Amino acid sequence: MIRLEKRPQPSRALSLSTPIMAVLATFIFGGLLFAVLGKDPVEALQTIFWQPLFGEYAFYYRPQLLIKGAPLVLIAIGLSLGFKAGIWNIGAEGQYIMGAIFGAAVGLAFYPAEGWYIFPLMVLAGALGGWAWAMIPALLKVRFGTNEILVSLMLVYVAEQFLASMSLGLLKNPEGYGFPGSRNLQQYASAHNAELFAGSGMHWGVVAALIAVIFAYVLLTKHRLGFAIRVTGEAPRAARFSGVNPARLVLFCLGTSGLLAGLAGMFEVSGPSGQITIDFNVGYGFTAIIVAFLGRLHPIGILLAGGLMALTYIGGDIAQSNLGLPAAAIQVFQGMLLFFLLALDVFTHYRLRFGAAEAA
Amino acid sequence: MDLSAINPLLFVAGFLVAATPLIFAAIGELVVEKSGVLNLGVEGMMITGAICGFATAVETGSPLLGFAAAAVGGAVLSLLFAFLTQVALANQVASGLSLTLFGLGLSALIGQSYVGIKPPRLGDIDFGPLADIPVIGPILFTHDIILYLGIALVAGVWAVLKFTRAGLILRAVGESHDAAHALGYKVKRIRTAAILFGGACAGLGGAYISLIRVPQWTEGMTAGIGWIALALVVFASWKPWRALLGAYLFGGITQLQLNLQGAGVAIPVEYLAMSPYIITIIVLVVLSADKSAAPASLGRTFHASN
Repeated sequence: MIRLEKRPQPSRALSLSTPIMAVLATFIFGGLLFAVLGKDPVEALQTIFWQPLFGEYAFYYRPQLLIKGAPLVLIAIGLSLGFKAGIWNIGAEGQYIMGAIFGAAVGLAFYPAEGWYIFPLMVLAGALGGWAWAMIPALLKVRFGTNEILVSLMLVYVAEQFLASMSLGLLKNPEGYGFPGSRNLQQYASAHNAELFAGSGMHWGVVAALIAVIFAYVLLTKHRLGFAIRVTGEAPRAARFSGVNPARLVLFCLGTSGLLAGLAGMFEVSGPSGQITIDFNVGYGFTAIIVAFLGRLHPIGILLAGGLMALTYIGGDIAQSNLGLPAAAIQVFQGMLLFFLLALDVFTHYRLRFGAAEAA
Repeated sequence: MDLSAINPLLFVAGFLVAATPLIFAAIGELVVEKSGVLNLGVEGMMITGAICGFATAVETGSPLLGFAAAAVGGAVLSLLFAFLTQVALANQVASGLSLTLFGLGLSALIGQSYVGIKPPRLGDIDFGPLADIPVIGPILFTHDIILYLGIALVAGVWAVLKFTRAGLILRAVGESHDAAHALGYKVKRIRTAAILFGGACAGLGGAYISLIRVPQWTEGMTAGIGWIALALVVFASWKPWRALLGAYLFGGITQLQLNLQGAGVAIPVEYLAMSPYIITIIVLVVLSADKSAAPASLGRTFHASN
């Protein structure tokens, strides 16, 4: 009989290696999935993970890695702070949308004026939009004890409807021949989040993501607030005795994650995507949850996990056009990754014991 | 705006239909939470049930077989959650989220070849002369068997939880898994059974959307109903009949906003479509002050050596 025995201390080595084992397990079962779909599994995996980095057209795909990875990392960093403390913001998708709408609205309000101050104002507005949207579940939780998981998620659907309303109404391009969607910010120099070096994929969102990684790292390792976050997650009672204010922590964690998600949306709408449209959001807010867990809620880990997840998006696109692999297969692949990670994580906290069974 | 365009009889009959997916998902989740487990994967299990039921009904031509397949599909997916939380002792919130993300992807993958198809129709039960009674007849006696099954399920869950030994054990496990364990009850087995029941119910609810309410298959068609069902369990303070009441309330709101959209009210469509979600939030706020009804072990991982 096999049973689990709790380790006195979580294993550090296993904690670091489970993400890698989860990725390997996902390769194997993902490969099986591709085989079931009638694709050569080796070719499919090679297309997804090798071609974007080292294939013939890698020069085109590598910049995409930054473009897709930046919003994932930016959002996941914010989520990880809350997740560490047991505060579950799963509505980042909605905050991302609101950030984009606020940012774009400020930019469009200035159209066609040009000025250096327009883009910084848009950044502020985007951050404010995401922050304000996350403050709704935060304030309700602090004031009324409302479950932040359900409220933040409900607000995603509200934000999606708001996005539809904006792209069909207030923010619609007056010169767009009646098509839904706003003006293209890429054609408005003062509002365009252009590449900092042509062809590199490096835009202000990437810079913001890197700053967020450093900020989170310093916060968690050097700052009292980071300590409060970690203690609250591991021992809520101990945290209260050590003087942590739970309400302030909820406001901080939800507010920061909303702010970062809003920034991600704003950089996306003013850069790679260019305009507010009905289907502007593509699920980064949900994928970022996987990124946060895959990165072990650690800033550096999240950076790496964000890169890997960006790779599955890009490689998935290539596999879709070259091999006819359905887009949903990549979604399943990403879901599987989180599944294996959670399953394998048991060995970080428990060890296997072979021996006499105990009633359980 | 012409509110007289809304036929009250059709409206009431319609909201019973709109409420049924919620009833199934909420009553299933209620049992799961009564056993002390929080499964946030309801949305994922519903959408999986929706496509399993749809595909089976289309392939076999039998809607009832479709519903059976939906229950199996939801239960199989929930088995993944049971494995994660009961065997691998993973965090329930994260596991539930992974189930939802995985289920949404899986259903989209299975559903690719079923877009734009009409499923076989499940006929209404023939109540004979009862259906001809004015007002009550068209409201109560013109539905399919699954709708009545939903109401029967609520009654069944209520009776089992309140009057039977099995219900007592389930509640004991949810209130204090350590005490239940000390008494010799197999906590993990009982919880796994509850999770499977919840999965099957969510699957049925999903299939009711794709086979009867809409009826067709589109990606992500459950559109948050699984999450509203989770909110409903809180709303109901973990009481079956209140869950039914809540489901009718939300069914009514959903139906009303659809009817208002149809009647051409001056409020933009998008704002009407937001309303069920906003009302869910408001209801959660109003009712979240009282948490005393929640099972005491809800969301906590059980390990015998702790």
